[in-house]
Amino acid sequence: MARDGMVERDRGLTLAAHGLLILGCTVMVLPVYLAFVASTHPGADFLSGRIGFLPGDRMLENYAGLIGAGAGLQGFPPLGGALWNSLLMALGIAIGKISISILSAFAICYFRFPFRQTAFWLIFITLMLPVEVRILPTYKVVAGLSLLNTQGGLILPLIASATATFLFRQVFMTIPDEMTEAARMDGAGPLAFFWHILVPLSRTNIAALFVILFIYGWNQYLWPLMVTTDAAHSTILTSIQRLASTATQEAPVWHLVMATAILALLPPVAVILLMQRLFVQGLTETEK
Amino acid sequence: MQAKRVIFPGRLLPYLLLAPQLAITVVFFLWPAAEALFGALYAQDAFGLAKQFVGLANFEALFHDPAYLEAIGTTFVFSSAVAFLSLALGLVLALAAEKAGRLAGLYRTLLIWPYAVAPAVAAILFWFMFDPSVGIAARGLRALGISWNHFLNGGQALALVILASAWKQVSYNLLFFYAGLRAIPRPLIEAAAIDGAGPFRRFAAIIFPLLAPTTFFLLVVNITYAFFDTFGVIHATTGGGPGRATTTLVYKVFKDGFEGLDLGASSAQSVVLLVIVATLTAVQFRHIERKVHY
Repeated sequence: MARDGMVERDRGLTLAAHGLLILGCTVMVLPVYLAFVASTHPGADFLSGRIGFLPGDRMLENYAGLIGAGAGLQGFPPLGGALWNSLLMALGIAIGKISISILSAFAICYFRFPFRQTAFWLIFITLMLPVEVRILPTYKVVAGLSLLNTQGGLILPLIASATATFLFRQVFMTIPDEMTEAARMDGAGPLAFFWHILVPLSRTNIAALFVILFIYGWNQYLWPLMVTTDAAHSTILTSIQRLASTATQEAPVWHLVMATAILALLPPVAVILLMQRLFVQGLTETEK
Repeated sequence: MQAKRVIFPGRLLPYLLLAPQLAITVVFFLWPAAEALFGALYAQDAFGLAKQFVGLANFEALFHDPAYLEAIGTTFVFSSAVAFLSLALGLVLALAAEKAGRLAGLYRTLLIWPYAVAPAVAAILFWFMFDPSVGIAARGLRALGISWNHFLNGGQALALVILASAWKQVSYNLLFFYAGLRAIPRPLIEAAAIDGAGPFRRFAAIIFPLLAPTTFFLLVVNITYAFFDTFGVIHATTGGGPGRATTTLVYKVFKDGFEGLDLGASSAQSVVLLVIVATLTAVQFRHIERKVHY
């Protein structure tokens, strides 16, 4: 009776709840489990329809082959490079967004200057302009700056962030003014105050935001698809689409497609599972 | 929008601090958006060499184009289905998790990780399960007498992208519903129980109304997700087909602009999308403003 207090404990209802949850977990896990099973079989097993619910014995060959040597098909380089590109992009987006947003929030909270309000609204407007909306003109700008097929072209257009700026602004507003006064009394300049007081005080917010933004960055799809035209620059997500569409038309390489899918989802899923508390905090703080 | 009471003096420094964010905003957001706005008023050839002012003709053509009207319909069906499915499942699982006692944390862990799966990857996983020749689900459906082939059947293709998109989004809704449920004061539920209200009556009369702000917030987020973040789901599996069965507005703007190089029409479509996002963002922000105090 600990948590439920005066509310009746209906055994049937509790049992139904557990049943539903187990069903829910199965529905969530099943697609990934089936993909894992498929990724451990040799390609020929798909033709004979022998793939069931049990893993095969080709896990090492399939994964090591993909990462080191590639799918053995024309135009599909080893996936090691794509994984590396995805990692760089995810880190670049997360670190970039956090850095420019925390600086903006600092400027907006701790200074008074002409056009402060204008700056705030300019940042706010980015919320209304996701890349899907300004797809072609943004592509033209990036092409004009010769940033196609570069990490800069992948990262820069995605790192303006109103949400992160607002989050840091909220954090800064809760920091008592006495602290700023004390710092100023001690002769600390604005940058020293920022670096030695604001950044350490925002540590958990930064970490939580980092978790969310890393997942966001890793999972970018449309933008890398447009900006990276040659295979050497493709990310793991754009590789999987190309592999799936070409490969299933010619020869059934489902084992390799599924191994690529597992490689693509493993890093961000691991981040959630290992940093669950920060993830939940980040998600509810940014609400987006 | 207030600032701190105690501030730092400085003329140049605040601008330097804002410079990176504003530079990116102007170069990659405002400039392209302005270009889309103006581009929508011109007829252009594919290479941008010849330009002619045509006023609102691009919009007129757009709303008379059967393919565009069809995409509006598809987007509506797709988004409503994704939002409804993922909200309903998220709520049911959150309610169940609330009843699960000590195991709630474990269930939550097992249920939230699909948030990290990219929409395109989720789509590939569902394609594999429903693949007409090797998929387990397709085989199961065939045993039930349903022949499944999402490469040929438009309705089935739409169902596939809806399932994959909803599957990935359940975890997000579950987290917010779960937090919403935990925030409902226990004495309220207890009082209703003492008054003889059973679990279903308590849900209908107390829990669901108290969850209304969460539900509304999630509805906006889910519609935004279904509109804009599911491009990967469609691109990686159906490619908008068969025919135009899974061509949503965002997929169409990509296809017409990036593959078809029809700049005028693509810009006009971008502007329509812009109006939709602006509306959704405004609705969401008004809601947050009321809930949280900035």
